[in-house]
This record gives sequence, C-alpha cells and structure tokens, in this order.
Amino acid sequence: MPHILTTQNVSIHYGQNEAIRDVSFTIDEGDFVGLAGPNGAGKSTLIKAILGLIPISHGTITLFDTPQKTFADFGKIGYLPQKHTGINMLFPASVKEIVALGLLSDKRPPRVLTRIDWQKVTAALHDLDITSLQDHMISELSGGQQQKVMLARAIVAEPKLLIFDEPSTALDPESRNEFFTLVKKLNTEKKMTIILITHDTGYIGTHANKLLYIDRTLVYFGPITEFCAQEDASTCFEKIGQHIIWHQHN
Amino acid sequence: MDILHFLQYAFIQKAFLAGSFVAITCAVLGMFLVLRKMSLIGDGLSHVSFGAIALGIFFGLYPFYIAVPLVMIGAILIIKITEKTRIYGDAAIGIISAVGIAGGVILASVSRGFNIDLFSYLFGNILAISTLEVISSIILSFIVLLTIRFFYWDLFSATFDEEYAKTTGIRTSTINTLLALLTAITVVLSIKVVGVMLVSALLIIPAVTALQIAKRFRSAMFYAIIYALLSVLCGITVSFFYDLPAGATIVMINALLFGMTLLYKKIG
Repeated sequence: MPHILTTQNVSIHYGQNEAIRDVSFTIDEGDFVGLAGPNGAGKSTLIKAILGLIPISHGTITLFDTPQKTFADFGKIGYLPQKHTGINMLFPASVKEIVALGLLSDKRPPRVLTRIDWQKVTAALHDLDITSLQDHMISELSGGQQQKVMLARAIVAEPKLLIFDEPSTALDPESRNEFFTLVKKLNTEKKMTIILITHDTGYIGTHANKLLYIDRTLVYFGPITEFCAQEDASTCFEKIGQHIIWHQHN
Repeated sequence: MDILHFLQYAFIQKAFLAGSFVAITCAVLGMFLVLRKMSLIGDGLSHVSFGAIALGIFFGLYPFYIAVPLVMIGAILIIKITEKTRIYGDAAIGIISAVGIAGGVILASVSRGFNIDLFSYLFGNILAISTLEVISSIILSFIVLLTIRFFYWDLFSATFDEEYAKTTGIRTSTINTLLALLTAITVVLSIKVVGVMLVSALLIIPAVTALQIAKRFRSAMFYAIIYALLSVLCGITVSFFYDLPAGATIVMINALLFGMTLLYKKIG
C-alpha cells in the first residue's frame, strides 16, 4: 500500500522550547487516523509542520514520496483548520468563491478558474447539501454552515489526504454527528486518507482505523483494534478519554 | 463660466484623465490594503515619498524618477523589518515614515530655496499636472492594475485566509511584498493629485465606503472605483469653481460620500 505521509524523528522547537520530540510514523493510503493527545501535546504543531506552515528543527517529513521541503503538489492535500480565527469575516466573499479557493492549489498565477472549476465548486456544494448558500457571505452563516463551507473548500480539489484540526469545536451535537458522518463517507466512498485531530475521542473510536497518540512525543501509533486489545475492549474508547484526562493531570 | 467651457481647458482635461486613472488604481489597491489591515502602509510610504521628492529637488532631478525607486525600497524595508525582526508592522511603518519625513525636512533646511516646490508636493496640485506626468500616471496605473489582475486569486485567497492560502502553495510573504511595492508606485502616482499629506485618504476612504454596502468582493471593488472617480472628478470641478485646493477638496468629498453611505446604511 503506498505511503501517503512519513515522519522520521521529527522534532519541533519554538525558540528554546521543545514542542515535539522525535516523532516517527507512516500513514498509508486509505487510513483514517485519529490524532489524539492532551491539550498542549503538540497535535496542531505537528499538523502545521506536515503542511509546511512551520519549520521542523530535526528529522524529515515525506509527503507522497516527496520531501516536505520540495513538495509542491498542493492539490493532493485538503486542510480544514482549527476554528476560523484566521478567516477575515469582513471580506465580502461569497460561499462559492470561498470554495473555489480550494482549487487554486493546482494552478499557477494567474490561476484562472475555468467553467469546469466552477462546475466542481457546484458539485462540492451539492455533495455537502449547501447549494442554497452559494451566494451568501460567510459571516451570514451559522457555525455548522460555515464548517460545511470550509469542508467543501478542503475537498473540492478531490485531495488524496484530508487533514482536520479540531473540526467539531464550534458545532452543536447534531451538526457534529452530521459532520463526522460526512468525513467517514469521504474516507470510505471517495477513498480519501484522513488525519483527524479531535477531543471527541468517541468518534475516533467509531470511525478511525488507526490511532496516533502524542504527548510532545509519540505515545502510541497503530491500529485502534490493537490499542483496544491492550485494554478492556468494551471500554477502550473511554480509556482514550481517560488517557487524555490522566495526561492533563499528571 | 459654464461647464462646457470648463471642460475645454487642456489643464482640466489632463487633470481629469490622470485623476481618473489614479482614482481607479487607488480604489482597487485600497480594497486589498484595507481588508489585509495594511491601510497605514500608504500613509507611511507617502512620508517616505516626501523625503524622496526632497532628495530629487535637492539634486535637481525630476522628483518622480527618484521617488518611485526610493519609495519601493521603503516598502521592502517595512515588509522585511516586520518579517525578520520582532517588530510589528505598524511600528515598522512608523520607523520608516519618520526617517522619510526627517530626511525631507533636513534637505529642505540645508538647501533653502525649494520650499515652495516641496509645498506643492505636500498638498498636491493636479491642476498643474504636466503631459509627462499624465503619461507616467497612465502607464504606472496600467502596471499596477495588470499586476493586481494577474495575482487576483492569490491576493483574494491570502486576504481571506492567509494560513489556508499558504497550504495551497500561495507564497503569502511574496504577496505582501508585492502589495507593498504596488502601494509604493500608487502613492507616488497620487502625490500630484492629493499631495503627500492626503495620499492615504485616497487609498482608504473609497474602499472603506464601498465595504459598507457591498455584498460581493467584485461589487465592493466596483463601488470603490465609482466613489473614487466621483470624489476626484467632483473635487477637481469644485476646487476650480470655488478656488479651493484640489487635493483637500477631493478628500473632503470622499469623506462626505463616506458619511452619506453610513447614513444610508443606517436608515436603509
């Protein structure tokens, strides 16, 4: 099975502070990886390093058999960031235009969007059942609707790897269920490889096939089933939650 | 004098032509600057242009030839100071603009005799624009607008969500530098229209006014162009008939349109 992502002995520093130490793992095509760990464990830092948003201080990251530093096939990766703090809510962009931004990764300036591109945008909106929102501004939408728009932006280029950083934070329980069902469908039907950071560890247990648990360094990486086999199988997903709580208090 | 006679004057025609191009360029560029919270870079660079123009006059050179490259260097310095040091963007703008003003004041003081020239650059004098300046304005406006057209989606993406833009391969640092360089050119272009002291108004007010009522980015840009054109053309006309300074009149009409738009939004 082809490797989608490999990290070897990755360490990341913020100034003098070590955020991540010596993390190595390999994610294969079709994997659904739940990335868990206590607050401040370095989950988002690791994701940002994989995406090239922050530099690593040691080790290597390989994406689709290409070193991260020279990786330029950005269309292969879809990303849904944590919350929407980086988004300019005053920007009068329509939902359609925002989703179209996901297609820029396959183009070079002037990055002209063709009729086919706009058809892809329409299809992504349709897949997520938000066609009726296409002419709205992002600031006019609810948290759940905004999240669907960002998901549409992440999947419109049909990436091979989808990375989610705490996607359910702003969602109510109903929207959360709907959201995770959609993510699972992308994994099973569209064969997209998923990396999902979430505190909803129950969802990792339900949907993911692998668990990547970090606490500034790698604690566990492997099949969820094996992880569960180490514990009482019937309560293993609660154990993950307990594991997080244990780390937060120790 | 009626309006038809007024329009027959060559200096009015030149002022309208150059003013229109500068208005359109400021409106389009200003939209990105305002939304990227980079509005004050125009103000800072206008101060740099003061120093650059003083230098040009000091050496007896055509000030604009000196101002364009020097203000571009100022723009790069602001971006690099912000990126490479632990200094915020507004502080970097403050440093560079202060150096620009201080340099201009020293040159004006040691040379004596070109203070009147410098005064016309401080407050603009579009009614005295030369044919060469009109041609330069049109060419530079085209360069700025075509560059924005070429990088439209890069600018759009980086302005909406910079972190996400990076993950799609858009070099946001290059985009910031590009935006600063385009601002440098536009600031120099606008000096003849409104003067060093009021350049930032032409970049900020039409964009901010348009954003009050626009529901789409393209319509915001369209409204900003309309507001900028209206203020420049009306400003030139009013200043001619009432013998007022053109630059200041343009800015006051801009402010009036902003106030009226806010009121319309409030009661509309």
